[in-house]
Amino acid sequence: MALKIVKGSIDRMFDKNLQDLVRGIRNHKEDEAKYISTCIDEIKQELKQDNIAVKANAVCKLTYLQMLGYDVSWAAFNIVEVMSSSKFTYKRIGYLAASQCFHEGTDVIMLTTNQIRKDLSSPNQYDTGVALTGLSCFVTPDLARDLANDIMTLMSHTKPYIRKKAVLIMYKVFLKYPESLRPAFPRLKEKLEDPDPGVQSAAVNVICELARRNPKNYLSLAPLFFKLMTSSTNNWVLIKIIKLFGALTPLEPRLGKKLIEPLTNLIHSTSAMSLLYECVNTVIAVLISLSSGMPNHSASIQLCVQKLRILIEDSDQNLKYLGLLAMSKILKTHPKSVQSHKDLILQCLDDKDESIRLRALDLLYGMVSKKNLMEIVKKLMLHVDKAEGTTYRDELLTKIIDICSQSNYQYITNFEWYISILVELTRLEGTRHGHLIASQMLDVAIRVKAIRAFAVAQMATLLDNAHLLTGNTQRNGICEVLYAAAWICGEFAEHLEDPMLTLEAMLRPKVATLPGHIQAVYVQNAAKLFATVLQKHEGETDSQAAQETSQLLIDRLPLFVQSANLEVQERASCILQLVKYIQKLQQKNVEVAEEVTALFAGELNPVAPKAQKKVPIPEGLDLDAWINEPPSESESEDEKPKAVFAKEEPKHSRSRHTEVDEKELARRREARKQEQANNPFYIKASPSSQKVYDAPGVEHIPVVQIDLSVPLKVPGMPMSDQYVKLEEERRQKEKADKKKKEKKKKREKRGKGRKGDSGPESEEDITPAHHVDIVTEEMPENALPSDDDDKDPNDPHKALDIDLDKPLADSEKLPVRTHRPEVLKSPAEDRDDNTIPQETKKKSSKDKKEKKKDKEKDRKRSKEDKKKKKKHKDVEEELPESLPEEVVQSEETKEVAVPPTSADASDLDFWLSSAPVPPVAQVVTVSSSAAAATVDSSSAAAAESEPEELKDTEPDDTKSSKHKKKKQKKEKEEKEKKKKKRHHHHHHHHSDAGAEDSVQNGTVEDEEPLPPMSNYSLLAENSYIKMVCDIQGNHQDESKVVVSVIFENKSDSFLKSMEFNVLDSLNSKLQRPDGAGPHDGLTVPFQLPPGVSNEARFVFSVQSIVMPQKLKGTLTFIVKTDESSTHEKLDFKLHFTCTSYLITTPCYSDAYAKLLESGDLKGSSLRLEGVNMPFHHLLARICFHHHFSVVERIDSCASMYSRSIQGHHVCLLVKSSDQTVSIDAKCDEPSLLGNVLDEIKQTFSKC
Amino acid sequence: MIKAILIFNNHGKPRLSKFYEHYTEDTEQQIIRETFHLVSKRDENVCNFLEGGLLIGGSDNKLIYRHYATLYFVFCVDSSESELGILDLIQVFVETLDKCFENVCELDLIFHMDKVHNILAEMVMGGMVLETNMSEIITQAEAQSKMEKSEAGIAGAPARAVSAVKNMNLPEMPKNINIGDISIKVPNLPSFK
Repeated sequence: MALKIVKGSIDRMFDKNLQDLVRGIRNHKEDEAKYISTCIDEIKQELKQDNIAVKANAVCKLTYLQMLGYDVSWAAFNIVEVMSSSKFTYKRIGYLAASQCFHEGTDVIMLTTNQIRKDLSSPNQYDTGVALTGLSCFVTPDLARDLANDIMTLMSHTKPYIRKKAVLIMYKVFLKYPESLRPAFPRLKEKLEDPDPGVQSAAVNVICELARRNPKNYLSLAPLFFKLMTSSTNNWVLIKIIKLFGALTPLEPRLGKKLIEPLTNLIHSTSAMSLLYECVNTVIAVLISLSSGMPNHSASIQLCVQKLRILIEDSDQNLKYLGLLAMSKILKTHPKSVQSHKDLILQCLDDKDESIRLRALDLLYGMVSKKNLMEIVKKLMLHVDKAEGTTYRDELLTKIIDICSQSNYQYITNFEWYISILVELTRLEGTRHGHLIASQMLDVAIRVKAIRAFAVAQMATLLDNAHLLTGNTQRNGICEVLYAAAWICGEFAEHLEDPMLTLEAMLRPKVATLPGHIQAVYVQNAAKLFATVLQKHEGETDSQAAQETSQLLIDRLPLFVQSANLEVQERASCILQLVKYIQKLQQKNVEVAEEVTALFAGELNPVAPKAQKKVPIPEGLDLDAWINEPPSESESEDEKPKAVFAKEEPKHSRSRHTEVDEKELARRREARKQEQANNPFYIKASPSSQKVYDAPGVEHIPVVQIDLSVPLKVPGMPMSDQYVKLEEERRQKEKADKKKKEKKKKREKRGKGRKGDSGPESEEDITPAHHVDIVTEEMPENALPSDDDDKDPNDPHKALDIDLDKPLADSEKLPVRTHRPEVLKSPAEDRDDNTIPQETKKKSSKDKKEKKKDKEKDRKRSKEDKKKKKKHKDVEEELPESLPEEVVQSEETKEVAVPPTSADASDLDFWLSSAPVPPVAQVVTVSSSAAAATVDSSSAAAAESEPEELKDTEPDDTKSSKHKKKKQKKEKEEKEKKKKKRHHHHHHHHSDAGAEDSVQNGTVEDEEPLPPMSNYSLLAENSYIKMVCDIQGNHQDESKVVVSVIFENKSDSFLKSMEFNVLDSLNSKLQRPDGAGPHDGLTVPFQLPPGVSNEARFVFSVQSIVMPQKLKGTLTFIVKTDESSTHEKLDFKLHFTCTSYLITTPCYSDAYAKLLESGDLKGSSLRLEGVNMPFHHLLARICFHHHFSVVERIDSCASMYSRSIQGHHVCLLVKSSDQTVSIDAKCDEPSLLGNVLDEIKQTFSKC
Repeated sequence: MIKAILIFNNHGKPRLSKFYEHYTEDTEQQIIRETFHLVSKRDENVCNFLEGGLLIGGSDNKLIYRHYATLYFVFCVDSSESELGILDLIQVFVETLDKCFENVCELDLIFHMDKVHNILAEMVMGGMVLETNMSEIITQAEAQSKMEKSEAGIAGAPARAVSAVKNMNLPEMPKNINIGDISIKVPNLPSFK
């Protein structure tokens, strides 16, 4: 046998391993592909062998080839085989390969479910880890559904290594299987407070990722995160949380107010730039969410801007980049504070780093004003000239246009300048943004009436010099400009100085090389120009010239009639025929100009881009209904609608609604006026500009400045720079004018004694150079105001938009594996057995173990369910609790107007409405001294309980303590389950939990630690088994008590068929399943291997809770050893104390005071002598053993509260003075109170 | 979320590619090529962030990279990650490699891609940061390689001997990635705990 192994490995060592493959590829640089294909052939051979080691080696090589771009999906099945190897080495290779090349479309993936499940529950943590890592890369909806429950169990694994991986992978599971989110969320939330920082970080990571997509569902976690933020020292966690808050604040401005202070403190204290940067970012988000104008927040903005300036000035390019990035966010809401740093940002435009330049450009966008627009754009134009890369230059171009056109050309005071800028931009070589320039030209020319004359002149020049734009094939993008130029010249031909010249330019043969859609516009607008020319000549009665024009068209148009482009062809032939007809008429000396012009009469108004969408469907119109009888199937294919004209752009087809009656027109005009009145820019522009300054007309344009040495400059183009100077002069003049006027006014008004203010020139003082009539875009009447959400319906995160605060419904459970035929009996394993016969023996025993494990798993799962149900109850239980809270709230904080709907919401409201809690000192100590925070959250809790803020923190505290308790209990159970194999000392473990609980409950300053405590009491014990139990009231049902019993196998043999039975009394009955007789026992749902302990729960129904009860019971079980099995039994007495009917319930001091005042309660008292323990220990004991919570504590006096499952209030006033403790108690049920007090007495007599 | 982690050398040869979303092999290669194209033309002293939105996913994404001697380490991340944090993570990654391979150089990555993957798996899982503490990462990685060694046992010995012989005629070792020499400018970032 051994020989075989050696032989096998000798064979193997001549196989290529990964290193050989890599080396081979490196040695075959010239024929790499060929070499690899032979390697793949070898790999295929290796995969056919039975030896798993050979297979694993082959798969490992495939992983490498996959990285080089080779498709290895054909080996998917072999990868699954290697994954299912029992050896970690091979398993890891298999999972790595799977993670690299499996995806949702891989069909063998469904074979892996059971294998992964097995690996997840492997005793070796690295098997589990490798499976989780692999699964995170290829999880499918099916896998997520089938494995969600297993992974959820792993979230409470004893090893933090597994826990953190399980927590992280839950995010992927949620994405693929959104139904799992609600059932798994409570546990995920628990993990936020996991003792291991890695697990905590993972949980924060997952929740942040979830909350980023659907923030509103996670608002209720804000208090918890807030606590984490002020206590954590892990920068990763802090960054994530702070980022999360950035996403939450827009939804809840009150949260922002609470955050400002701790964040500001962090900004001041942290030395980590990453953290500083994220804090600044979130403060910005907060400031955006808050309505501006709050006095103390300007300081925050200043702080942010100042810190960002430091970043931008840093020599480190990364910080510079991020500083600019964050600055652009501030800009949106507080442009003023950023504008003061204009120098710095302009400086960044010269940076050698393109990313930084782009960021600086973004910033410039928001920094422009009427005053500095020209100056900034001038700078940018300089950069355009300098820029060498086309991408950056294109970016500059779009930015210039963006900056100028933003908010309806708000900052442009001189449109001539803008047009000349646009024209200058057409000189850019190889830009892709010709259409952008074109659309700007069109937009400005159409919407600014005053500029049309100038624009037309410029466009005519452009058309005349079209060869410069089209000369180079590389510059195709820019020829789009000609489209605009041709259209503008045609449409506003009346402004043309020499239409004939332009017409001639438009009909040059070279035009035929332009793209079809541009030619079409040329042809159409040539016709418009023709009409203009005709009219002009007929006005001058120059029939000769008119006829020459017709002849020109008749000569040139046939070129276009031959065009391959249908659109061009059709238009050209149509117009050609028209002109021929006109020529005939002209020869007969008929006046035609009037009629030809009528063809193109009417004005075009711009239509808003969304207008079409906003047209409401008239009532009673069903667009989906058939107009005629639906045609038969066969017919429908033949009848395709002709879409030739549908493609025509609306700009060409002039829509003239001549049938609109006068009334309607008047109404529309009125509406437009209204709209214009609402446009602030419009109002400012019209009245002032008229009286001030006459616009420099076309004649002012210096046509002289031609720089012929630069070949790319279009001759006759205006230089935009001159406008800057002109504009300055204009403004000077304007100012002077104004001053004069003001002086005049002053003189007039001197009698009234009013002072004229001549402050610095403000934004409003600058008036536009033109009478700017920005035509507003037309919208259909009764347009729907709704804005369409542009949410992507395919977004996977949409499915995760789930309300997490709603209590879990019974139906919401993770699917638990039921008995199903095994999908895959992994063949690799079988083969493994054959080749390595030594393992077969082990294997058979392993098989047994496996089965055992499976059963255990099932058991675990069933318990999981129970727990889930319990959790569900817990959640519901919170509802009644919210009542006293609400009372408190409405008294304390009147600002909470809307009554909170759920307990969670009210918690959040309370948390948010209370005065900003975190004192400066706390944050500083926590964040600066790592030691303080690492001690535990308990120290944070201690810090919170400073007396003056006791009221504020109490709800938070009691809640968290309750939460903690729950969590710890759950953890207890988990640990017990996991550590079955080791003798785990429960008492010790529980005591830890207890200790921490009580510290929280007692809210004490640093006092000495508590002695260990446990609520589990010994029930019965013999040589085989030990039973300890804890009795708790059921939160949901007022007549139910849950008894948790831990069974521990003390023997060396196997215990099975355990049956738990109790002799019912009149008052208390064991809940048996339907159909069972009143004396039947309950089967304990598990078996106990030697040394293992496990917990079972039994539910009892009780009638009266005012008296303690004792029930007799028996446990029967079978002891199975190798040789024999014996039947054994163990008697016990179950003691229901009155304490066990009490439930820890938080109560606030106001509600507590009211309760005492109400007079419904009857009093009783108790004195304990010789109690030799610190007061906080005493309180902790009462809290822990008797389910009380501390309402208020002052020195050595405390009030406590608890509630029975049937709603009795129990109030205690505990006073301590040297060794004597007096307890005054009140309750609405005297006998219950008496018994509880007796039990308290007993507790303290024991120690 | 981290969308992808790529390592390639100065010539664009991939040394490790880890995509946390599925792409076909061809697309993957194209992404690597384009990323290399974007990253390689940048100067040494420019910022380490690139808006490479078109490559993977939407415009939300950023490329964050570091250049060490012959290798580029590129992380493609979305906006939920902190830029400086990721830069630090790359540093942790490289330092971890340096510890695990003892003075890591490009050859180590070339011949032990699987090992690099395994180390990476201890840091990032399914696109989310799992662990940032270097000693924890190294502990877990070493524990697993120890397990591997114990599994190989006697049977693995001959194979190891052969591979030792094979390694004798390795080409001369190229220069180290040398993270010790090139001072890496991490701006005042304290190591994350």
